Amino acid sequence: MAFFDAAAMMKGLRGAYASGKTRSYEWRVSQLKALLKLMSFHEKEIVDALRSDLSKPELESFLQEIALLKESCGLALKELHRWMAPEKVKTMMTTFPSSAEIVPEPLGVVLVISAWNYPFLLSLDPVIGAIAAGNAVVLKPSEISPATSSVLAKLLGQYMDCSAVKVIEGAVPETTALLEQKWDKIFYTGNGKVARIVSAAAAKHLTPLVLELGGKSPVIVDSNVDLKVAARRIIAGKWGCNNGQACVSPDYAITTKEFAPDLIDTLRSELEKFYGKDPLKSNDLSRIVNSNHFNRLSKLLDDDKISGKIIHGGQKDIANLKIAPTILLDVPEDSLIMEEEIFGPLLPILTVNNVEDSFNIIKSKDKPLAAYLFTNNKKLKENFIRNISAGGLVINDTTMHLAVPTLPFGGVGESGMGAYHGKFSFDAFSHKKAVLLRSFAGDLSSRYPPYTPKKLNLLKALVNGSLFGILRALLGWHD
Amino acid sequence: MIFCKTKGGWTIHLDFLQLLTTPFKQGQIPLLFFPARAEVLPEPLGLVLILASWNFPISLALDPVIGAISAGNTVVLKPSELSPASSSFLANTVPRYLDSAALKVIEGGHDAAEQLLQQKWDKIFFTGSSRVGRIIMAAAANHLTPVTLELGGKCPTILDSLSISDLEVAIKRIVGGKWGLCSGQACIGIDYVLVEEKFASILVELLKKCIKAFFGDSMPNLKNLCRIVSKSHFDRVSNLLGDPRVAASIVHGGSWDEQNLMIEPTILLDPPLDADIMSEEIFGPLLPIITLNKIEESIEFINLRPKPLAIHAFTKNERFKKKLLSETSSGSITFNDAIVQFVADSLPFGGVGESGIGRYHGKYSFDTFSHEKAVLQRSFYLDLEPRYPPWNDFKLDFIKLAYKFDYLGLLLLLSGLRRIFKRSN
Repeated sequence: MAFFDAAAMMKGLRGAYASGKTRSYEWRVSQLKALLKLMSFHEKEIVDALRSDLSKPELESFLQEIALLKESCGLALKELHRWMAPEKVKTMMTTFPSSAEIVPEPLGVVLVISAWNYPFLLSLDPVIGAIAAGNAVVLKPSEISPATSSVLAKLLGQYMDCSAVKVIEGAVPETTALLEQKWDKIFYTGNGKVARIVSAAAAKHLTPLVLELGGKSPVIVDSNVDLKVAARRIIAGKWGCNNGQACVSPDYAITTKEFAPDLIDTLRSELEKFYGKDPLKSNDLSRIVNSNHFNRLSKLLDDDKISGKIIHGGQKDIANLKIAPTILLDVPEDSLIMEEEIFGPLLPILTVNNVEDSFNIIKSKDKPLAAYLFTNNKKLKENFIRNISAGGLVINDTTMHLAVPTLPFGGVGESGMGAYHGKFSFDAFSHKKAVLLRSFAGDLSSRYPPYTPKKLNLLKALVNGSLFGILRALLGWHD
Repeated sequence: MIFCKTKGGWTIHLDFLQLLTTPFKQGQIPLLFFPARAEVLPEPLGLVLILASWNFPISLALDPVIGAISAGNTVVLKPSELSPASSSFLANTVPRYLDSAALKVIEGGHDAAEQLLQQKWDKIFFTGSSRVGRIIMAAAANHLTPVTLELGGKCPTILDSLSISDLEVAIKRIVGGKWGLCSGQACIGIDYVLVEEKFASILVELLKKCIKAFFGDSMPNLKNLCRIVSKSHFDRVSNLLGDPRVAASIVHGGSWDEQNLMIEPTILLDPPLDADIMSEEIFGPLLPIITLNKIEESIEFINLRPKPLAIHAFTKNERFKKKLLSETSSGSITFNDAIVQFVADSLPFGGVGESGIGRYHGKYSFDTFSHEKAVLQRSFYLDLEPRYPPWNDFKLDFIKLAYKFDYLGLLLLLSGLRRIFKRSN
């Protein structure tokens, strides 16, 4: 890949932004409409690219990437007027007479660094927010999903205003060159290790960040549940999401010792219904993205500490980079598979005596991006919601919260900072400027020197809201 | 004023605490997910670090603490060592009134700050300079700790042509907003003034008169004025006048009392734009006046420089107001007054770009120390078969239609009639 001149590119983008064109409602609408067009006319190309990069089934490509993006774009187009409008706010006695409002404005020139697992969605969803908020934007898709990266570069180059919306393909050298520039915001989706590198680069320029990371998202399964539905939803959230390679996939499960056999049996039978007796041959499972990740996952399965714990699956097809849905039971806490985010089709199930004990396990680990609970027990549910901290929680399902545009999607602690989706995307790429309009009338001389005890008393009374105090001060009575 | 501001902040938080700690949003959910319930629940981040500044050492320490506590966090507060009496007051008094198991005051300088920054915090809130802001953010990056940085910058004041009565009010507000705020040592204090050349001399005269009325007429007689906080800041500010071109532009003041760390309110007329006084934040009692041919040029002037924490614009020209609003960027913009936006609790207080990250005051303080956790509750009923593999054309059609809320299409699909009426993609 030929090296590109990042500084020259920035100069051009700053010029485009300074011209004011990206701030106009018309420009933003034209770009959002162009994105919709691009997705509608080239759906097949996108699905093919996702199949090439990940063997992603067509339904996953449609539902989890294209449909979500079309929704996102459509919502932005529908709501943009409202999002761009200043918000009037109440003013207080202390600034009377005045009027105040909060005006959203673009940050300027922003950088979106995308990931490989949902390479289309995680590239364009933040870009939609950046454009809706009126910024110029550079997108750096992941090189680990090269077919999608290529399609993005080609299609955005064709449909978008290239003076203000650019795609830079590449790997570490290109990303490093980009990170040396001064951005008005950086939006990064990926892992904690690279996030620290991005954060350190951002700190040099005081660039604010959104970091969409991951973690070990647990799913707790209580005994008094519709087990068939619960099992299906766990499978859909794990293996039905890019074969477990999703930031919000259930990473591991926790259930009671008593209930575990039922859960495992149901998971097994539903897995067979979904993917057949030989899941390595199923067309409805994504493959592992590349041999690096395949080897990483193989290592987790080869760990001595978990030998004998694999109770379902474990088959691998190295030529096609496929790993079958695999379930493990009661792996030790210090095994490799329980130390890092799995990001693959392996589901460890831990068992506890009482379902409440699962909370301590979750709290002993870093705050995850998501946590799931299947239960009909109201008290347990309330306990879970109040006491488990995660980016987002779902009760009696998995992963669905990211499709609800009125919910902020983001992490906390190690799972990330900031949020997006829906209006939160617009907000993530905006500066909310405080505007106070004062009048020349009603100038309070007490605020100016020379300071006297009388002025001080009056101001104290005003701030305390005490009418009597105000009267006393005006009449010159002191304490 | 500062003390009262904090007191006001406390009252507001007590009133709203109940409201703030309950889930406050109901998400509107696509019918595909029916039945479901979505809400956003604010929760504390955990253990937070607040690093306060020396210029408003009580309010810039306690105001963030109010936010941190109302959001349910445990807090470590490190006041600035440059304001030792206030630091000592906080360290001695806070533990007597607050739960010292959950709120600690750590006194100290660079060493203490460095040690604190090596720990893993759930949030760091820093008020201070951009230079130190970068150091804080780099330390936070090691632990992926989110930060709020309340920094500064050169806050410009634009003075348009006004009637005499309005001008008199404007002058008072400018003088108050410059020297009445810790002798110019304030992040949102007026740094410099932009005015049309033809008004420069009347501006200087009126400023002189007002300074005399507020603070006294010469060095030995000055009152109602803060001193410079330390010898090193005193040297920094007085050195700004060391440049002979800058010294030549002084039209009022310019003298100082090194022993008492006092610098006289000083006005400069058109100091060179490449001098330090016009490239660094002054944070002191020197007021450069920069003249322009037309007041509209102030927009370009401001945009050539880093985004400031606050812009103050004294104008009654509605068109110019709109232009300023849409063509400049700053943490805040206040029309026809100075610094009073600091006490407007319904407005977010924070910077953008070089002037900072994040915001606080009022509910924004609560939010800045909270994590907004998304919660989606689903039922076991109405489980959608097409959601699950093995995939086929029927399921793909179903999902596509359901997603588009195309209920007629769904009905046709389910009744087997859709194939007859199938539209192309």
